[in-house]
Amino acid sequence: MGLGVVGIAAAGAALAAAWRSEIAPVPPPAPASFDPALVRRGADLALIGDCRTCHTAPNGAAFAGGLPLPTPFGTLYSTNITPDPETGIGRWSQAAFARALRDGVDREGRHLYPAFPYDHYSATTDDDVRALYAFFMSRPAVSAPPPPNELPFPLTIRLTLAGWKLLFLRPKNLAPDPAKDEVWHRGRYLVEGLGHCGACHSPRNLLGAEITSRAYQGGEAEGWRAYALGAASRSPVPWDEAALMQYLRDGFHPLHGVARGPMAPVVENLAEVPREEVAAMARYLASLGAGPRGEAAATPSLVPASAPGQAPQAAGAQAAIPAAGTDLYAAACTACHEGGRPPPFGGISLALSTAISDESPRNLVNLILEGLPVRGGTAQPIMPGFGAVLTDAQVASLAADLRRRFGGGLPWPDLDSAIREARAARRLAARPAAAMTR
Amino acid sequence: MTLSRRAVLAGTGALVLAFSLLPARAQTETGKGEGPRRRGLPGSLDDTPRLDAWIRVAPDGAVTVLTGKAELGQGLKTALLQIAAEELKLPLARLSLVTADTGRTADEGYTAASHSVQDSGTAIRHAAAQVRALLIGEAARRLDVPAERLRVRDGAVLGPGGARIGYGDLVSDALLTAEAQPTSPLTPAAEFAVIGRPVPRIDIPAKVTGGTAYLQDLRPPGLLHARVVRPPSYGAVLTQVDAAAVERLPGVIAVVRDGTFLGVVAEGEWTAIQAMRRLAASARWRETAILPDAADLPDALRALPSRDSTILERGAPGAAGTIVEGTFTRPYLAHGSIGPSCAIAEWTDGGATVWTHSQGVFPLRRALAGLLHLPEDKVRCIHAEGAGCYGQNGADDVAADAALLARAVPGRPVRVQWMREQEHAWEPFGPGMVASVRAAVTPDGRVADWTHEVWSQSHMMRPGPPGALLAAREIAEPFPPAPPVALAQPEGGGDRNAIPLYAFPTAKIVHHFLPDMPLRGSSMRSLGGYLNVLAIESTVDDLARAAGWDPVAFRLRHLTDARASAVVEAAAQRFGWGRGAPRAGRGFAFARYKNLEAYCAVAVEITVDRETGQVGIERVVAAVDTGEVVNPDGVANQIEGGLLQATSWTLFERVAFDRTRVASVDWSAYPILRFSAVPRSVEVHIVAQPDQPFLGVAEAAQGPAGAALANAIRDATGRRLRDLPLTAGKIKAALGA
Amino acid sequence: MTSMILNGERRAVRAAAETPLLYVLREEFGLNAAKFGCGLGQCGACTVVIDGEAVFSCITPVMLAENRQVTTLEGLGTAEAPGPLQRAFIDAQAAQCGYCIPGMMMRAHALLARDPDASDAAIRAELEPHLCRCGTHMRILRAIRLAADAMRPRSTAEAGR
Ligand code: FES
Ligand code: FES
Repeated sequence: MGLGVVGIAAAGAALAAAWRSEIAPVPPPAPASFDPALVRRGADLALIGDCRTCHTAPNGAAFAGGLPLPTPFGTLYSTNITPDPETGIGRWSQAAFARALRDGVDREGRHLYPAFPYDHYSATTDDDVRALYAFFMSRPAVSAPPPPNELPFPLTIRLTLAGWKLLFLRPKNLAPDPAKDEVWHRGRYLVEGLGHCGACHSPRNLLGAEITSRAYQGGEAEGWRAYALGAASRSPVPWDEAALMQYLRDGFHPLHGVARGPMAPVVENLAEVPREEVAAMARYLASLGAGPRGEAAATPSLVPASAPGQAPQAAGAQAAIPAAGTDLYAAACTACHEGGRPPPFGGISLALSTAISDESPRNLVNLILEGLPVRGGTAQPIMPGFGAVLTDAQVASLAADLRRRFGGGLPWPDLDSAIREARAARRLAARPAAAMTR
Repeated sequence: MTLSRRAVLAGTGALVLAFSLLPARAQTETGKGEGPRRRGLPGSLDDTPRLDAWIRVAPDGAVTVLTGKAELGQGLKTALLQIAAEELKLPLARLSLVTADTGRTADEGYTAASHSVQDSGTAIRHAAAQVRALLIGEAARRLDVPAERLRVRDGAVLGPGGARIGYGDLVSDALLTAEAQPTSPLTPAAEFAVIGRPVPRIDIPAKVTGGTAYLQDLRPPGLLHARVVRPPSYGAVLTQVDAAAVERLPGVIAVVRDGTFLGVVAEGEWTAIQAMRRLAASARWRETAILPDAADLPDALRALPSRDSTILERGAPGAAGTIVEGTFTRPYLAHGSIGPSCAIAEWTDGGATVWTHSQGVFPLRRALAGLLHLPEDKVRCIHAEGAGCYGQNGADDVAADAALLARAVPGRPVRVQWMREQEHAWEPFGPGMVASVRAAVTPDGRVADWTHEVWSQSHMMRPGPPGALLAAREIAEPFPPAPPVALAQPEGGGDRNAIPLYAFPTAKIVHHFLPDMPLRGSSMRSLGGYLNVLAIESTVDDLARAAGWDPVAFRLRHLTDARASAVVEAAAQRFGWGRGAPRAGRGFAFARYKNLEAYCAVAVEITVDRETGQVGIERVVAAVDTGEVVNPDGVANQIEGGLLQATSWTLFERVAFDRTRVASVDWSAYPILRFSAVPRSVEVHIVAQPDQPFLGVAEAAQGPAGAALANAIRDATGRRLRDLPLTAGKIKAALGA
Repeated sequence: MTSMILNGERRAVRAAAETPLLYVLREEFGLNAAKFGCGLGQCGACTVVIDGEAVFSCITPVMLAENRQVTTLEGLGTAEAPGPLQRAFIDAQAAQCGYCIPGMMMRAHALLARDPDASDAAIRAELEPHLCRCGTHMRILRAIRLAADAMRPRSTAEAGR
C-alpha cells in the first residue's frame, strides 16, 4: 500500500490540472420554493441512495453527518448535508450539489474521498439530481461541524484523490440493452447508480477501488462480508426475482434469512420507497444470474423438512429436536434455529445460511460473537451474541462444526484469523459508535 | 363461518351451540360486591365478618394479618401491613401476613380492578381497630379501670400506675371470633404514624438478593417438572403423537394425553423441556383457519353480532357547532408477563393442592374442582407470587395444566411453567377494540354535543366456570367455553370510562358488547378504559384546538368535580404548561379511573425524529389524587409503572396473527418498550387528600398516559392518529416528506 | 461433570454438558435469582456474570462455565447484608413485581465493574437487552446511578462532577 500511496501522491502532484474551482455560494433557497412532489420524489431517491444512513451519527440529527466510517486507510466522518449555511450545504447551488454527487468535488473545489460513492452516483440523471437537491434543501438545517477525519499523510492531501479518480473513476456505462424491458433498465439505473450495491458487493483493490472486472463477486463492508450476487452467489438456495424483492422490501426471506450488519439500514430504507422501484432493482439483480453453487445446492434434500414454509410448528409449540451435533449447537442454537418459530423472528435453518456456505467465515463469526442486537421497540429478529462467553477456540470449533454439517464446503482455512479480526473490530466498533447496531 | 369459529374455539366440532345463547351475566371485575351490601359492614367485612378471619393474635403475642387478596407486585402486602400496624399500634416488623389461600383466608374474589386496598385494606383497618378495642376492653375488665384510661403501645395495653398487659396475654379463644361491628374506633388521619409514610416494601429485599420470592422459586420435597405441548392454533385438534418414544426417555416419568391436552412429567426441568420438544415434534394437528383478517380487525369487530346498550343519554343530541369526529382502534394486546405462567400441584388423598399466582384463588378452586370432578373442599389453592400479571394472564390455565399432570403422579408435587411462546400465543389477550366519537364545539368553546360508541368483546373471562381454563377445553370430554361476561356500569368492561367526566350538556354513550370472541381475551389493566380515555381525551384536545382554546383551560372549564380540576391544575403547573416553546410536541390528558377511583392527569413533552418517525419522550409529569394514601412511594411506583406500560402499548404493541395462528409468539415479534424509548424524566405528584377514602390507583395512569402521548404526537405532527399502536412508521407517514 | 467457581466457591455438577446454565443454577444449586423469562436470549431475566461479562444463562450451556467465575445475584450479598448494588435497589424501591430485576442488576454489576464512571446514557444503552413489563425503568436507572455513586471511591466521584 505504501508504494501505491506514494504513487498516487506523485500522480496527484503531476496533476495540477486536477485543481477544481470553487462554485460561488448562493443564499440558502427557501424550503417552500420547492415543489412538494419533487421533494417527495427526492425523499425516495435519498432512501435508495442510503444518504441518511451514512450522513447521520448515532443518536444524531438526521443528515447532520458525523458518522465514523472506518476504512482500511483510516477513519472518515460523514459530512453535514443539511442546509445549514455554515456547517452544511446551505450555500450550495444545485450545480455545486450536482458536481459533488457525480464528480466527487465539493462546492469549494475539494476532492471528496471515495467512501462517498460518487463512482456510482455519477449515473444520476439531471432530473433526479434536482429532486435530491429539493429534498435536502427542505430538511431542517442543523448546525453541526463534522469531526476531522483521521487519516495518515499523504491521504490528508485531497489532491491525491484526483490521481485516484484518474486511475479508477469511469463513467457508468448504462447503454440501453434492447433485449431487456423497461423495468430492468430502471432497476439497473438504481442498482448501479444511487443504490450503489457494488460499493459493498464487489471486491476492491488495494487502493480501495472496486474491481470492475469482478463486479458483484462479493466484497466487504464495515467488517462484514457483502455476499457475491448473481453468478458468484453461494447461497444454498438460488435467489430469484421474487425472493430478492421480498428480501429487499421486508428485510428477510424465509429461505435466505434476515438482512443485518450494514445491509440492515439498506432494507430499512427500501421498505419506505415505492414498491415499483424495489421491484425494478430485484429484476435487475435477478438478471445477474444464480450461482453454480446455488443451483447445485438447490436440491430439495438440502432444504430440511423443518424449513420455513413447510408447515412449521409455531404458536406455542416449541418443536425443536436438537439435530445430532455438538453440545454447543444443541444447547445454544436449536431453541431458535430449530424452534419452529417462522422467520424472520425465528432463526432460519442453518442449512439455508449463506453465512455458513460462504467462502469467508467472517459473517458467521460476527454473528456468533455479536448476534443480532435489539434496537428499540420494533418487531425484529433478536439473536443473542455469544462473544462474551465463548473463547476463540470455542468459536472456532462451533463455526467449523456448523460449516461441516450445514455448509457443504471445505473447512475454512482462515477461521482463526477471522475470529481475531472480528474480535478486534468489535472493540473498535464498540469504541465511539457501533454503526452496525444503530 | 361465525358458527364454525365458535365451534372450533370450543375445542371440538359440534359442541358449543349454546355459547352465545347463554345470557350475559352482569358481574363485577373482582367477582364480589354485586348487589346491595348484605350486612352494611365496611369493605370485605361485609362478606366475611368474623374478626379472626382478618386478624389473629397468638398467646405469645404474635399477630397475623390475613387477606384474601394477593400480592401482584403492586406492593399490596406492605400497604395492608401498614394499615394493620397503624390500627393495632404495633411495629410493622411484628406482624406477619397470610395472603389468598382457600384453606386459610377470606374469599375476596379476584385481586383486580385496583380494589384491593379498598376492599381488603378497609376490612383489615376496621377489623384491626375493633380488635384493638376488644383487647382494650378485655384489659379494662381485668384491670378494672375504664377503657378510656387505657392506651396501647407496641403490642400491649398500658394502664395507670405502669400496668401493662401484652396482646398475647389478653387474647382468649373466644375473644376474636366475634363478628365485626358496623363502626370502628378508627385512628384519625392526623394521628397516623405508619399510614401515609413511604414505608419500604417488605417484599423487595428478597427480590433483590435471590431469596425465595416467587412461586417459581418453591421447591417442595420430591418436586417433579412438567411441560405441556399446546396446540399450534386456536381449536387445533391433536390427531397423532408418539408418546411412547418420549416415555422411554431417561428421566421422563409420564406422558399425559387426554384428548388434545398433552403434557410430560419428568425428574428435571431441562429433561421436561427436551421431552416437550420431542413430543411437539411428533405431534400432528388438525387446524382450522378461524381468525379474522388482522388488517381489517376494526371492521371485523364492528361486523360481529352485538348486544347494544345505551349507557348514558343526556340532553338532546345534534346541537350545532364545529364537528370533530373519528374512530379509534386498538389491536389485541398481550399482558406479556416477564415470567411465563407457572404453577405447582400435588395430588394427595384424592384431592389437590395447587400453588398458583392466579388473581382469584377461590374462583380458581371452583373451576379446578369442576375440571377434576372433585368437591370444592378437596381442592386447595394457595397464592404465591409470580411475575407481574396486569390482569388475567396464563396463571389460571397453567394451574389447570399442573393439576391434570399431577393427577398422573399422585404424591409428588409437579411444577409446570409455560414456555415463552406458549405464554405469548395462549394467554387471554387484552381485547381488540373500536371506539367512535363524534362531538361538536360552539364558537365560544363549549362542547355542545357528544356521542361515543364502543365495540368490544368481554374483558372478563376468568374462571369460575371450568370452561374458562384452556385445558378444560382440550380434554377428551371438554367443558363448554365460559359464557361471555359483560361487566356492568358504573365500573364497566369494554365501556369502562366511556362516560366522560366532563359536564357536557348532551351526551350519548353506546356500548356494543360482542359476545363472540375472535381471539381469546380477558382482563388486562384498565380494560376498555385505556382506549375510551384515549378516544375522549384526543377528541377533547381536537375540540379545544378547533375552538382556539388551550387544551388545559378547555378541560378545566368543562370539569365540575373540584378534585378533578385540582389534579389537572397540579399536573399543568408542575409541568409548566403553556410556558416556553415545546421541543416538538406537548400533550395533556386527564381521567378519573372508572369515574370512581383515582384521578390522574398527565402532561408529556416529546421530540419526533422527522426522518424515522421515532418518538423521544423528554418529560412526563403526572398528578394523582388517590384519596387517602397508605404509602406515597408505593403510589408513585404504581403510577410510574402505569405511565411506562401505557407508553409501550401506545407506541409499540400489537398481537399479530394470520387466519390460523397467533404469530407474535416471542419478544421479537411482539416488541415492547425497551430502555432506548424510556422517557428522560418522569415525575409523579400526589395531590394529598387525607381523610378521604382510599381510591384504587394501580390502573389510573394508563388511559391518561396513552392519551397525553397521542396528543403530543398530534401536536408534533399536525395529524391526529387514531389507530394504535402509534408506530414510528405511522408517524413518519403522518409527517409527510 | 462441569466444575466452576460459583460466587467464589468451587462447585461441580453432573448435569449433561449441554444443559443451559440457568437450570443448573436453579435446580442443582438451588439458587433463585436467575429467572426463566424467555429461554431465547430476548429478555435478560436469566442474566448472570461469567468472568466479568453479563451473559444470558438460559442459552449458555453449562459446559461453557467450566473453570470460570460465575456470579449470580446471590453472590452480591444477602437480604441481611446487602451489597452496594442491592442496597441501592432497596433504597430506590426499584421493583414492582421484581421478576426482571436480578437480570438487570447483574448486567449493571458487570458494567460498573468495567466502568465505574458509566454515564446515564451508557447505563441506558447497556440495559437495552433487558425487558421490564411493570414499567420500573426509571427506578432501575435511579438505583444503578445510586449504586455507581456509592461504589465509586470518593475522589473519582468528585472528579466526575
Ligand atoms: S430468559 Fe434468558 S434472555 Fe430471557
Ligand atoms: S419489575 Fe416486574 S417486570 Fe420489571
